[in-house]
Amino acid sequence: MDAVHLKRQLITFTEQLFREGFLDEQFNQLQQLQDENNPNFVVEVVSLFFQDTERLLDELSKALDQANLDFKKVDGHVHQLKGSSSSIGAQRVQRTCIIFRNYCNEKNVQACLKCLQVVKREFALLKSKMETLFNLEQQILAAGGPPSI
Amino acid sequence: MAAAGAVLRQKLPGNMDICGRSGKGSPEFHVLAVDDSLVDRKVIEKLLRSLSCKVTVVESGSRALQFLGLDGEDSSVGFDALPVNLIMTDYSMPGMTGYELLKKIKGSSAFREIPVVIMSSERILARINRCLEEGAEEFLSKPVKLSDVERLTRYLLRGEADQVSEFRKRKLPKTCDLEFSFPSSPLSNDSDSSSSSRSSSPLPKRCKSV
Repeated sequence: MDAVHLKRQLITFTEQLFREGFLDEQFNQLQQLQDENNPNFVVEVVSLFFQDTERLLDELSKALDQANLDFKKVDGHVHQLKGSSSSIGAQRVQRTCIIFRNYCNEKNVQACLKCLQVVKREFALLKSKMETLFNLEQQILAAGGPPSI
Repeated sequence: MAAAGAVLRQKLPGNMDICGRSGKGSPEFHVLAVDDSLVDRKVIEKLLRSLSCKVTVVESGSRALQFLGLDGEDSSVGFDALPVNLIMTDYSMPGMTGYELLKKIKGSSAFREIPVVIMSSERILARINRCLEEGAEEFLSKPVKLSDVERLTRYLLRGEADQVSEFRKRKLPKTCDLEFSFPSSPLSNDSDSSSSSRSSSPLPKRCKSV
């Protein structure tokens, strides 16, 4: 497949991600910051986000598994995840975190457990889509096309 | 992560290089950024570097104090490193909050003149007022955007920090829009300029709006 065709695919795919709320304006900000001196900036930040989120989800699972549930601790982790997801434009993850925090405030265990499942699912979805996006960018580069949009 | 002394002279297209004036060389505007979030540290560092600022990024208030030499230890790091022109700190951090860090900086004779900007994802009026009262220059909402930082550094580079004190005394009224906007210079042509709270004192001629 040639670079032009791949480029069109990338644009369509990215637009879809924005339309479906996976990404928001903040992601555009990150793309604007990428330049020839830092050609991998977006991949680097997003990868950091993936690593950080995996750690946070792990902490959340542990915290919610405790007999004496420390809601403040749970809320602390969700707050962190909300912050980092907002910083990269991961809108759906961020919004799930907002709901999650509300249930922490209400000390609703069952709802918190449900939220954890939802945020894990949203994260998995986002990760898969971002991997597709980065993959497309790599293919474009390999086909001799200009780097990302 | 930025090491102290790392300088990048990256220019954005158009007029985005706020440190470059007529190609006469960039003054070294050094920002100390404090945030416990790995992701946010990377983003703020890039934001600042893309505006040709020198950046030192640390993960906590105590590290920031250590860097400045305010931690009570006999550390010479603060004296050898380039002076800090601006401190940007996250509000919610474990250990020492951004507010506590702000108080320590404003309580120090050596560093109280350094402008401090607080960043937070939570726009709580009481929090904003508290920070402004304690001497914060501005309270930025997260996620921080390039335009926020560009406006901020451009304003501070013009050396108008002394005129900020009048603005700082204002408390936000209860009914105001939570969006905090910094008054722009009367001479600037920012599209997002709000009405200036400052008097009509003329700016020095060298301060052209970019």
